[in-house]
Amino acid sequence: MNWFYFSSPSTFYGLAGRLAPWCFVSAAVLAAWGLYLGLLVAPTDAQQGEVYRVIFIHVPTAWMSMFLYFIMACYCGLTLVFNTRLSAMMARAIAPTGAMFTFVALWTGSFWGRPTWGTYWVWDARLTSELVLLFLYFGYIALANAFEDPRRGDRAAALLALIGVVNLPIIYFSVQWWNTLHQGSSVNFKGTSMHVTMLTGMLVMSFAAWMYAIGAALVRVRSIILERERRTQWVRELKAA
Amino acid sequence: MKPRTKRAVAIAGGLAALGVAAALVLNAFQSNLVFFFTPTQVAKKEVPLDRNFRLGGLVEGGTVVRQKDALSVTFKVTDGAESIPVTYTGILPDLFKEGKGVVAEGKVGADGVFKASQVLAKHDENYMPPEAAEALKQAGHPMAKENFAGQGGGTKR
Repeated sequence: MNWFYFSSPSTFYGLAGRLAPWCFVSAAVLAAWGLYLGLLVAPTDAQQGEVYRVIFIHVPTAWMSMFLYFIMACYCGLTLVFNTRLSAMMARAIAPTGAMFTFVALWTGSFWGRPTWGTYWVWDARLTSELVLLFLYFGYIALANAFEDPRRGDRAAALLALIGVVNLPIIYFSVQWWNTLHQGSSVNFKGTSMHVTMLTGMLVMSFAAWMYAIGAALVRVRSIILERERRTQWVRELKAA
Repeated sequence: MKPRTKRAVAIAGGLAALGVAAALVLNAFQSNLVFFFTPTQVAKKEVPLDRNFRLGGLVEGGTVVRQKDALSVTFKVTDGAESIPVTYTGILPDLFKEGKGVVAEGKVGADGVFKASQVLAKHDENYMPPEAAEALKQAGHPMAKENFAGQGGGTKR
């Protein structure tokens, strides 16, 4: 078996096209189930009342914003080390979805913060570092598209993405290292301080976000592949067919 | 070494150096990155008392007094060791409650009373239905107090 069979853009193009619909279908099913659990089954929170239900969107998107950046940075590392074409295209394909999740996490958090904390925004370590993540995504997208030669854009942006990795542990551990207005994590590697139905709903929504992110990245990478490989024989054949 | 091994080593080395640099910088700024000061720090005068700062802690039970005009309120913020009296005029957030976390921004007056210009509620990381909270309360579980102290105060973790 050839392990690198799908690392060529031409073969991966077909694989991505076959996988993407399944990702979107499972994302829709999981989201429907997760929202049902979160909005109808999960009990009201003792302190916050109904407003806490924003966590079913907020926490999965915040997790995905960090996780996608990590995956993007891994692809960027592959780009710089092995000079592979597909990894750079994947990194480019992930970035807009990551930025979207970061924005949704900030936005929902802000709307939750107003009734519970009493403010939309504070400059505490967690909120500020998450905002920096959003700017890192924007910076990556801008830099990747700032060059005439897309391969140069790939390498320059990859370097920026790798430097930005420093921000990830800062976001995750900010609520432990410093005192912040943002509460500590309810779910961590040691366990959870959440009611079990609330936790299930949140995890199901996370898998939905995951599936959506994979599907969106695959669809996007297909158009990037076509654009970059437009002068190759296989794309021409595809066009002719 | 192959060129790609060299590149991998360069990237790993660069990231490690960057990580160390970031750790040193954050360590140096440790005291500037805190969002609020605790009542103990205020009592020990470790806080810029001539400037505005944020005071964080728990609203001490039985100390919340609402004035006649209904918008002014006085209460004490405690961290278990020290407590600081606070006055505030304005609308309090929904989660403001005795025994719960609070972050107040303002300045200590000449009389030693913290005059807050803004009061924010600090939520803890516990999510549970009212029945579960009631059961914990009846079991004498000091839920809110312990969990707030675990935040940055470093008593729990």
